[in-house]
Amino acid sequence: MTYQFDFSALLAYWPEFLQGAWLTLQLSAVSTVAGFIVGTLCAIGRADGPPWVKFLVASYVEIIRNTPLLVQVFIVYFGIATLGVRVSANTAAVIALVVNVGAYTCEIVRAGLESVHKSQLEAADCLGLSKPQIYWHVVIRPAIERVYPALTSQYVLLMLASSITSQISAEELTAVANRIQSDTFRSFETYIVVGIIYLALSFVVRIALWLFGLAVFVRKRKLGTAL
Amino acid sequence: MPSFSLVHLEFLGWAAMWTLGLSAIAFIGGGLVGFAVALMRISPFRGVRYAAIVYIQVVQGTPLLILLFLIYFGIAIVGFQEVPALIAAGIGLTIYSSGFLAEIWRGCLESVPKTQWEAAECLALTPWQRMTRVILPQAMRIATPPTVGFLVQIVKNTSLASVVGFVELAQAGKLINNSIFEPFTVFMVVAAIYFAICFPLSTWSRRLERKLNVSRR
Repeated sequence: MTYQFDFSALLAYWPEFLQGAWLTLQLSAVSTVAGFIVGTLCAIGRADGPPWVKFLVASYVEIIRNTPLLVQVFIVYFGIATLGVRVSANTAAVIALVVNVGAYTCEIVRAGLESVHKSQLEAADCLGLSKPQIYWHVVIRPAIERVYPALTSQYVLLMLASSITSQISAEELTAVANRIQSDTFRSFETYIVVGIIYLALSFVVRIALWLFGLAVFVRKRKLGTAL
Repeated sequence: MPSFSLVHLEFLGWAAMWTLGLSAIAFIGGGLVGFAVALMRISPFRGVRYAAIVYIQVVQGTPLLILLFLIYFGIAIVGFQEVPALIAAGIGLTIYSSGFLAEIWRGCLESVPKTQWEAAECLALTPWQRMTRVILPQAMRIATPPTVGFLVQIVKNTSLASVVGFVELAQAGKLINNSIFEPFTVFMVVAAIYFAICFPLSTWSRRLERKLNVSRR
């Protein structure tokens, strides 16, 4: 093994690495928030909607969970193009990621909804709460609280999976790496650096979501356990 | 311009075989490595345990895409030129699945009640006997549904092997699309084939889970 490692060639590119990492975080943040909303609505629809909504949501979840994200990204990116609408690669990436993570969120949140005990719903009914009130105070919040750890891992995986959108040249971290390595011919070093950045990002996202959980789930923080 | 035809479908069929083959390599390789790492993860020696934790964290904390690029360019650095794409992709996916399977199986090993471990020790079983006769038969029952579930992840993630030049289903779709430019049709067919492979696995995993929970119902 006579290979000379040379990281110095990459030093000049650190602003671009930073730019890529920032875009990765932005993509993930937008997809996480939108995916959470889509997923939660779908979970409610699946638990409490009319039969055709249930069927629709179930098909959506199964189709997305059983096909690769790469193919979904291609379908969204090229599919939208054939419809005659021009969207940027970044927009297509966000749409694909939201559709993808929405299905996974739906499945996780559904498990949370199912864990809410029936007596809680009956009690809420007896107290004369309206349906939206029951959902908001009795069902959704405790459900999310319980499945929050699973959601956290899912959103870290989403951040890592956003690297796939480099295949349609969304300008996030992996795409930046691909460009830099073809500029410098320091492929191995480039991907080591990017790998470390991703590792750091996954820790950052994990800690950020943990802090967010502490801030939002006051009861859990005070009691130390999920209800 | 030619449109999507039976010839293309046949090409996709062959590519699907490669997807299955690569999945098998990743599962077998990842299973062997992952089981070793899972055992290391619950080892009584702190150093071994930490090594396993670091391995799992690194594999789970970096995207598979980056892992594949590292293997692809790393193999050349170590001195092998002209390595078949199947080998590079196989190694990358093996490492990836070992990191996840190790963590899944660690949970299953640890979910065997502590008293079982202690009872085996009281019966003067050797560590090997304890593992093969007492712990594994119980842990495997618990491990089957999540392992089958993870198979779906492996099949889906073989689609990324296209970045190291391996022609599997997703890459085949891309090639066909480059020649006839009917992205919607082509990728819908590709997605349908993936679905046909993965959906039975998901269903099977769910059924196993229900069967396992029979005592708790």
